Amino acid sequence: MVGYIRFEGVKKNFVTLEGETVNALSGVDLEIKKGDFVCLIGPSGCGKSTMLRLLAGLDTPTEGSIFINDTKVTKPNYDRGLVFQDPNLFPWLNIYDNISFGLKVRKLFGERKKDVNEFIELVGLKGFEKSFPHQLSGGMCQRASLARALIGHPQALLLDEPLGALDAFTRMNMQDELLRIKKEQDMTMIMVTHDVDEAVYLADKIVVMTPRPAKIESIIDVKLSQPRDRNNPEFIRLRSEILQILDFAGKEKEVEYTI
Amino acid sequence: MNKLKALLPLISAAAAEIVALAVPDSSLHQKSAHPYFAYLIAIVTVVYYIAAILYAHSVKKSGKVPDNPPFYRATFVAGAVLFFNLLNLVTVKLALLPTLYFPSLDRVFGALVEDRELILKCIGFSLSLLIKGVLGGLILGFSMGIAVGFSKTAAYWMNPIIRFLGPIPSTAWIPVLLVLFSKASSASAFIIGISVWFPTTVLTSSGISNVKNSYFEVSSTLGAKGIHKIFKIGVPAAMPSIFLGLFNGICGSFVALMTAEMIGAKYGIGWYVNWQKDMMAYSNVYAGLIVIAVLFYLIITLLFKVRDKVLGWQKGVIKW
Repeated sequence: MVGYIRFEGVKKNFVTLEGETVNALSGVDLEIKKGDFVCLIGPSGCGKSTMLRLLAGLDTPTEGSIFINDTKVTKPNYDRGLVFQDPNLFPWLNIYDNISFGLKVRKLFGERKKDVNEFIELVGLKGFEKSFPHQLSGGMCQRASLARALIGHPQALLLDEPLGALDAFTRMNMQDELLRIKKEQDMTMIMVTHDVDEAVYLADKIVVMTPRPAKIESIIDVKLSQPRDRNNPEFIRLRSEILQILDFAGKEKEVEYTI
Repeated sequence: MNKLKALLPLISAAAAEIVALAVPDSSLHQKSAHPYFAYLIAIVTVVYYIAAILYAHSVKKSGKVPDNPPFYRATFVAGAVLFFNLLNLVTVKLALLPTLYFPSLDRVFGALVEDRELILKCIGFSLSLLIKGVLGGLILGFSMGIAVGFSKTAAYWMNPIIRFLGPIPSTAWIPVLLVLFSKASSASAFIIGISVWFPTTVLTSSGISNVKNSYFEVSSTLGAKGIHKIFKIGVPAAMPSIFLGLFNGICGSFVALMTAEMIGAKYGIGWYVNWQKDMMAYSNVYAGLIVIAVLFYLIITLLFKVRDKVLGWQKGVIKW
């Protein structure tokens, strides 16, 4: 079956300020089904954020192509919403105007005005419409940022460690919120994370990546049903399996260096 | 204690009135047609108490904790009145200072009243010159700043020009401008324009280049196109820096205005001060300086009011 989102032999090289070429992604093939929750996991330098930026269209691959719905990705568009670790709310706009930004630039605000309040409620920010980002907590800002990305009904939501800066408690709440939104809006979500637990809790498919060379090491299908129990034996087994893959790759690396 | 504080301006004003009306003037000073200083003190006192009582009333009514308690400025007003009282004493009453350069306060404030027609005409001329120059400089500075901030080609061609011509003090252009422009008023507007243009351009473009790239990236994933990125992301994000440029530019424009009015203007408040100095009419010089201070204070206050409105989203904005 042909995937909804496809990475075909995608390579990405960056040139540093010193003129060195750094290989950020060395040949990735990946297929993602519509409606899947996919987590990209791995240590820093494994190319997971690069993959997300390429899919968003913020960078272009050095080699290979990415397709979404059989259309080649060339530039950013509202069909792929993006949420960063930093909420990146526009500080000069209040929460209401931040969330309606996408509708306004697409000239849809007139006909879909009532969506704004709906999405504000969806992420639990009712009553904070007139607040400015600096007046809200990190978790609230991240939820506003999520609403801002969701309101345009993207086909895929790309999440680059969106919960990384939150405390453990807020983080667990947000994870449940993400699952709820995904179910309600029926969208494909692709999330970059450092946290193995988070990946096993959320994903239908976990893409484990390793650095030097930055590539996909293993793809794990998670067969657990939602909602998931963090103490389920299968949950624990999957977590240790992923840790082993990551750890193993790390050890191999050390050997390589000593030679 | 608070009651006493509230009464301080009244006491100070009474003392000033007694000195002004009961102590005889020195014969070395020119007579003034009216005791303008005594009038002014009376007006200031009445206005102060009306304002303070209204403020105290509104504080009581709203029940909110006010920024400042009622009669917060009482000590200051009393002190200021005392200062002018002493000044009145050492000038017109005792003639301890050179009478030519330190005229009586009656005549200084009298000049504002008796010469009001000419002064108003001068204010009109200065304001129209200032508005022409500032608007011109602002539009040019703003558009160049945006161009340089967003376009590499524009930066390539314009940056050297901005860096080379910008630092020249605007008044140094006078000899060239007198040749280029047939009308002195156009030359004057140009000087003011240059002094506004430079800081506005530099701080607009640097403000735009310092905008977090992720704001642009986020906006493009939300469907923003080029024009949105300029006017919905770049410009609002750079606003704090743009206002800094505007503030510098406006302050520079005051200097430029005063200088510009000395190169062959027929009217204008800078011209007025200069002309009165040449006539050795120092009471009118001081009157002119008071007008300048009030005028520029109002302009800067207006600028800050606009800024507070536009930059309300910022944390901890500097208060004027």
